[in-house]
Amino acid sequence: MSRLAIALSLLVAALFAASLLIGPAGTAPGESLAALFAGDGGPLTLVMREIRLPRAILALMIGASLGLAGAAMQGYLRNPLAEPGLIGVSGSAALGAVLSLQTGLAAAFALALPLSALLGALIGMGLVMALAGPRGGSLTLILAGIAVSALAAALTSLVLNLSPNPFAANEIVFWMMGSLADRSFTHVLLALPLMVLGALLLASVGRGLDALTLGEDAAGAMGIDMRRLRLTVVTGTACVVGAGTAVAGAIGFVGLVVPHVLRPLVGARPSRLLWASALGGAAMLLAADIAVRVILPARDLKLGVVTALVGAPLFLHLILKLRTERI
Amino acid sequence: MPRRAGPCILASPHASDPRRGRGRRSVAARLAPAALAVLAALSALAPAARADTPGRVVSMNLCTDQLAMLIAGEDQLHSVSHVALDPRASAMAAEAARHRINHGRAEEIYLMQPDLVVTSTLSARHSTAMLRRLGIPVITFAPANSLEDVHDRILEMGAALGHEDRARAIADAFEENLARLRTTAAARPSAVLYYANGYTLGDQTLAGQILLAAGFSNAASAAGYKTGTRMPLEVLAMTAPDTVVTSRRYPGASRAEEIMDHPVVQALRENSTAAAITDHDWLCGTPHVLRAIEKLVETRRALQGDGS
Repeated sequence: MSRLAIALSLLVAALFAASLLIGPAGTAPGESLAALFAGDGGPLTLVMREIRLPRAILALMIGASLGLAGAAMQGYLRNPLAEPGLIGVSGSAALGAVLSLQTGLAAAFALALPLSALLGALIGMGLVMALAGPRGGSLTLILAGIAVSALAAALTSLVLNLSPNPFAANEIVFWMMGSLADRSFTHVLLALPLMVLGALLLASVGRGLDALTLGEDAAGAMGIDMRRLRLTVVTGTACVVGAGTAVAGAIGFVGLVVPHVLRPLVGARPSRLLWASALGGAAMLLAADIAVRVILPARDLKLGVVTALVGAPLFLHLILKLRTERI
Repeated sequence: MPRRAGPCILASPHASDPRRGRGRRSVAARLAPAALAVLAALSALAPAARADTPGRVVSMNLCTDQLAMLIAGEDQLHSVSHVALDPRASAMAAEAARHRINHGRAEEIYLMQPDLVVTSTLSARHSTAMLRRLGIPVITFAPANSLEDVHDRILEMGAALGHEDRARAIADAFEENLARLRTTAAARPSAVLYYANGYTLGDQTLAGQILLAAGFSNAASAAGYKTGTRMPLEVLAMTAPDTVVTSRRYPGASRAEEIMDHPVVQALRENSTAAAITDHDWLCGTPHVLRAIEKLVETRRALQGDGS
């Protein structure tokens, strides 16, 4: 277990460094790091401190929270298909964010944007949970997720199309696929408070999720308050997904792929999967964000494209596996 | 039909107007009476059949809207596009309000029964193709990519509307004023035009030419961005221009425009006390670009901290 922790931490550290050193400015690594730490006030310092550092930090934060949210939701629903992006929580968060931006609420006070996204995520999550039921099978969960995602995507597109801003309609892709291009520390600070709160909430559910693997009755007998656990998972997930989506758009598949890959490595214990998925999610999003910069440096390729290319085949694999298990 | 013949007769007195363009057009001035005589003869022969002076003109594009409003005769321009009403994009929004408004759709324009439709080569091809199929003459104007193009477009619009002389006068006045504004300053501060989505414009664009005419050097062009393309924020930071010229915001929010608030852009803009913002004067190849150059010259002088 500790070996896995060390390996994942090293991977995240290496990818974080690579994220800092790769960019269209094309400067030497040593020079770049010197500019980052020493800070002579020259243009390279500006690039390192105001462009690459916030981007790498955001990839780390958002990746970790998506991995964490995926692991928590899968643990709670005991369903490997549960993922914030797939079941429409990210999409609802994006709708909340877009509404607050277009109505001007986001300009009214600093945290309005992430809080609106949180509200959107909560509504989306509540809808899916209500539609699929607390012990919803894969089919009802996915169907409810598709319904909520489609509705949220349609409403997001509608709001952006109705915007008086001619650029807004082109940003439907951003809200659906996510991107970290040209984000600044403003966005880090916007996302941070809610993300920390959500991560703390999700980190506290480990024991409950472990007990839940034995079934709800057994967990209840072990002193786990099921209603409280449910509330914590829902609120925590909505906080981290809402905060991430508000600044980077809806990034799918991270919460699906990472817990799936890491589950065998932690002995399938949900409590250990939580922190492992947080590290793994950070690594995956950092890698995806490096990939979009290397593949098409000048075009702002969306993160969702890369994560979906990795995630969609895995999703199909999961469905096939579930089918063979059922039949 | 006779009602529409009016403008062409009204137009002819400009040809002999002695106040306009003395000097290098003295030949033209001497020929003018002869031309007038020919015109008068033509008008007398067939007052309603002058094909080159369309009586009812519809413009479908912001830039042709403005050129047509400048050059067209009384009641000749029937309709302009709805974009011309938007003061953020149009330098002549007040004038546009006096015309009927179209939305660039073939159906509504056909129902206006225009004698001529003017539009940009870039605007909705399907609409213009449909209008041509329906038998309505359409003249397309290439967008202006340089200040020379501005001069040419004015003359082209004059020819299309049958007001060559009025257009000639406007074009000459434009050249005169441009020559007055143009600077041959040795010390050119560097600037980058940086718009929504990190879009920059190099020397081979109208905005790039405005920048050069105002005495700046275009740092984006020096970095290899000759036309209009996306310039990564990192490259902008490494280019470190003396100032960054951004564009005016639209209402409602967009992530595309958020880039102009990025700390890097703000850091580059705070060097200059009067950081410039491009507006409706920059968009189209019309004489209004002179106003843009004038304002930018002031920015440059403030930046250089002298009165020269």
